[in-house]
Amino acid sequence: MTDRHRIALTVNGRPCEAEVESRRLLVDFLREDLGLKGAHIGCEHGVCGTCTVLMNGESIRSCITLAVQANGSSILTVEGLAGDGRLHPLQEAFWDHQALQCGYCTPGMLLRAHELLQENPRPTAAQVRAAIASNLCRCTGYQFIVEAVLDAARRLEAGATGQGHEPAASRT
Amino acid sequence: MKPPPFVYHAPGTVAEAATLLHEAGEEGRVLAGGQSLIPLMNFRLARPGHLVDITSVRELDYIRAEDGRLRIGAAARQAAVERDPAAAERAPLLVEALGFVGHEPIRHRGTVVGSLAHADPAAEIPAVALAMEAELTAVHAQGERRIAASEFFTGPFSTGLETGELLTEVSFPVWPPGTGHAFVEFARRHGDFAVAGAAVLLHLDGEVVDRVAIALCGVAGTPVRATEAERRLLGERPTPAVMAEAAEVATSRLSPASDVHGSSDYRRQVARAYVRRALALAAERARGGTR
Repeated sequence: MTDRHRIALTVNGRPCEAEVESRRLLVDFLREDLGLKGAHIGCEHGVCGTCTVLMNGESIRSCITLAVQANGSSILTVEGLAGDGRLHPLQEAFWDHQALQCGYCTPGMLLRAHELLQENPRPTAAQVRAAIASNLCRCTGYQFIVEAVLDAARRLEAGATGQGHEPAASRT
Repeated sequence: MKPPPFVYHAPGTVAEAATLLHEAGEEGRVLAGGQSLIPLMNFRLARPGHLVDITSVRELDYIRAEDGRLRIGAAARQAAVERDPAAAERAPLLVEALGFVGHEPIRHRGTVVGSLAHADPAAEIPAVALAMEAELTAVHAQGERRIAASEFFTGPFSTGLETGELLTEVSFPVWPPGTGHAFVEFARRHGDFAVAGAAVLLHLDGEVVDRVAIALCGVAGTPVRATEAERRLLGERPTPAVMAEAAEVATSRLSPASDVHGSSDYRRQVARAYVRRALALAAERARGGTR
């Protein structure tokens, strides 16, 4: 017996309908069913934060949320951050400050930082550290991430909209 | 790590949820925020055949101040309680404790009532419920009953809930104006479960304590109320010496489990220090110092 449900939600601004098995985790739905591989799978029990996505503007762990629980919601993944082939100012700042090495935690970090800057456009370094405490990074030691988020806040306040770097794909 | 198969239900009313749980019997589990249950299912430590998702029950999503109580419905998220002005005014102890529950992304999904039902002995909200003498409402297919927090926690991850029952509400009695509160805990990293934590409410009549409640988490199979230490404080001025003695009384008979984070003795010492700190902070707030 397979228990399946029809869900309707918005993902990165686009309406989406699908039939999912009730045990389908949101992160697997995003990655496997929608092909959005940005939300990574790490610990699969809600500890590491690399699967972070925004649901109705709030950060959640998509590895401990069922796809059926996302019915009717609006989801933002890292794929929805960049627009018009240009990186989001946060992504630019991560690039410029080398706020990633292996990149595995980066999508979650970006979305968590994005949420922080929406709520608090001028955070202190301590507030940035407190906010990203929910997300593990095993490479950077966090310092460059904090610097990148603070710089992104300055760029956004100065009116940046993502006109800097082109994404790597269009560079080559 | 994927959950085993189950049948998912999204009832629209409490009555419908209770009927579904009744029909599911031993196979039924309530799903609220899922921040503890889904990890358990991912690990396959829990294998419920039916999940009844109560976050779809709109009548359970409320935070209400009435009759000298703060009432929180079973679908209300921890993050919503954390930023609710009525909760901050009526149950500042709860709001302070919520800051220690996991991290913000967890609190966006997790519910206050769900944390009570999960009954992790190291969790913060059960200790607060015990200190505040909260009352829980359990609904089943034939009716409902109230359960005092002091009767609710029966062991690690074990409660007085019967098969087919679901918690619909927790209500916290409001303490009088001028009450000092304090929730403090020690964890290896902020957001981890507590090695030991202490919840304190303290009210002064002039200079002496006329009402006090102390509860601890992380030090036993259930949250623990330190009634003997409370009696030691009543009628006394909360001086550092008196508070240190009360902290000793509150923790001397505990035998917390040893684990990778610390030995039993270490945990007891941490608990004693944190009870003392919580008392000092609550007393300072009761005197009108730091709010």
